[in-house]
Amino acid sequence: MSAAATGTPLLELHDVTRSVHIPDRDPLHILQGIDLSIRAGDHVSIQGRSGSGKSTLLNILGLLDVPTTGELYFDGRPVSSMGEKQRAIARGARVGFIFQQFNLLPGRTALENVMTPLLYARGSQFWQRERLAARMLERVGLGDRLREKPHKLSGGEQQRIAIARALVRSPRLILADEPTGALDIDTGQKVMALLDEVALESGAALVTITHDANVAALAQRHYRLGDGILNAPELAA
Amino acid sequence: MTGIVALLVEAWAELRIHKTRILLALIGVALSVAALTTVVGLGNMAREGMVQAQEQSGGRAATVSVEVFSATGQDDPAVLQAAFDALVERYAVEYASRRMFAQVPFQFPHGVVATETTVVDRSYGEMRRVNLAGGRWFTEADAAALAPAVIINEAFHRQLGGPDLTANPVVQIFQQRPIAARVVGITPDGYEGAMPAAMMLTSQYERWGLGGEGGAPPALEMWVPADVEPALSAAMTGDLQAQFPDAHVNVYRSDYAAWGDPFEGIQWAVGGIAGLVLLLGAVGLLNISMVTVKYRVREIGIRRSFGATSGRIFFGVMLESVVATFVAGVVGVMLAVAVVKSPWVQELIAQGISELPPFPVEAALIGIGAATAVGALAGLIPALVAVRVKVIDAIRY
Repeated sequence: MSAAATGTPLLELHDVTRSVHIPDRDPLHILQGIDLSIRAGDHVSIQGRSGSGKSTLLNILGLLDVPTTGELYFDGRPVSSMGEKQRAIARGARVGFIFQQFNLLPGRTALENVMTPLLYARGSQFWQRERLAARMLERVGLGDRLREKPHKLSGGEQQRIAIARALVRSPRLILADEPTGALDIDTGQKVMALLDEVALESGAALVTITHDANVAALAQRHYRLGDGILNAPELAA
Repeated sequence: MTGIVALLVEAWAELRIHKTRILLALIGVALSVAALTTVVGLGNMAREGMVQAQEQSGGRAATVSVEVFSATGQDDPAVLQAAFDALVERYAVEYASRRMFAQVPFQFPHGVVATETTVVDRSYGEMRRVNLAGGRWFTEADAAALAPAVIINEAFHRQLGGPDLTANPVVQIFQQRPIAARVVGITPDGYEGAMPAAMMLTSQYERWGLGGEGGAPPALEMWVPADVEPALSAAMTGDLQAQFPDAHVNVYRSDYAAWGDPFEGIQWAVGGIAGLVLLLGAVGLLNISMVTVKYRVREIGIRRSFGATSGRIFFGVMLESVVATFVAGVVGVMLAVAVVKSPWVQELIAQGISELPPFPVEAALIGIGAATAVGALAGLIPALVAVRVKVIDAIRY
């Protein structure tokens, strides 16, 4: 039974740490004692300077990395009990990533880029991938640019493709890593408004990692990450 | 099912996206496969040609010759013939022919010449792959006909003035009285300046008493399965020795493979060259595949973030290579068939062969199989590299 159905948090971190062993030196503690709970429909922002551990935390939330100590529960299930393959399957089905540099696949059209996550889906999502991808591109306002290759599109349009790609499998958690970092202020605001809107519409939780206070302000809860420690949340006014 | 289809769809999409790079890599593979298939194909066809030539002179594997010589030299051909017939029947030999060399007095425009004549049964044509330059081999009707049928060589044909076989030419044999023999076929001369020679059926040779008194005893030739030949030869020797206790019985293999396959060396050499050619193709492909994976590290990381498992990444990279090399293999084999089947090459192979060997299917299968294996091998190392990519590092790459 899913977290939404039971009311349990979608993501729950208990005293999570992440350290890296460096030869002949003391371990580098990137994250320390992180406690965090995210439910379906939440919009959370995590702010921090460069090197504060934001991306490492995002990778752990997105099941791309695992904690050194502590426990992460994904949909009520401890991640430590999941193998690499199970984490990959859960990530594909329930998590959508949006990256700062868009990370669109070169040489593919907008439609092909959005179809890519559906190649890892099963059943109707796989067989109807073209239709689903086209619909999602229409939803983000790019219905007329399906066959365009990313290098011919503006930064804002590229990020909208990335948003469509992140949402095409209807994830329950959207992780956005500096989603407006490569955009100008005006375009960034439009992209964030769109992201907020589609996340709200789908009922997915949105976690935005940013150093931009304006972007962070759009969230319901704001966290600050400094020296690997997550400060207590500030609720939006 | 969805997983397999998705893998193929992904592999095909990747091939389409990277078509220029892949095309360059595959030209090398296709050429390697074409070279490999051509070498194997030509080698096999040349071997087949040599085997055919050997079979014409000594019979197919395994040809067993049976000779019986009495100590006194006074053989009764009829008794010997009865013993041979009994032998063929007892051991259920499908292909058997008597063989005898005789001097038959044929009438040529400049006079009667005792001409070397090979006297055989009808099976001999198939057993020895007798190559005809014109006309046909002996038929059952020839054996039953009153007038003997003869097959002459080109030198004989020339000396007769080159008559057209469709006009049923006749040549006279001068025994006690002239016998009109029908010329039904022409064999090519074995070498330049060959003497006239002829072939005729044993039954007619005997019917017309061409052997006379005290002629050379016939030998028996049999084409039998190679695996039963040793036991069969031993049994026949014992059998004949019991019937002719005072005679010298000689049962032996007379075909080219009697002492092992003489073409084994050629086959190893061809295989070695083919292997080397393929190795060069494989190294080229591996090189390009490695560079490609390095170039695609970021893409692999992005795919992992979408939920691609390491197994999926591994098989995806591997399958790209296999699908691509399979296509290259098919192209390479088609190229090789075009080369080997070209009239110029065919003419070279056809020299001295009665039946032109077809393009060997095994060469085509080896070509496609080798291409696919090279694809799997060249894809394996990049696939392992791709699986070891750290997702986080890859995305930031």
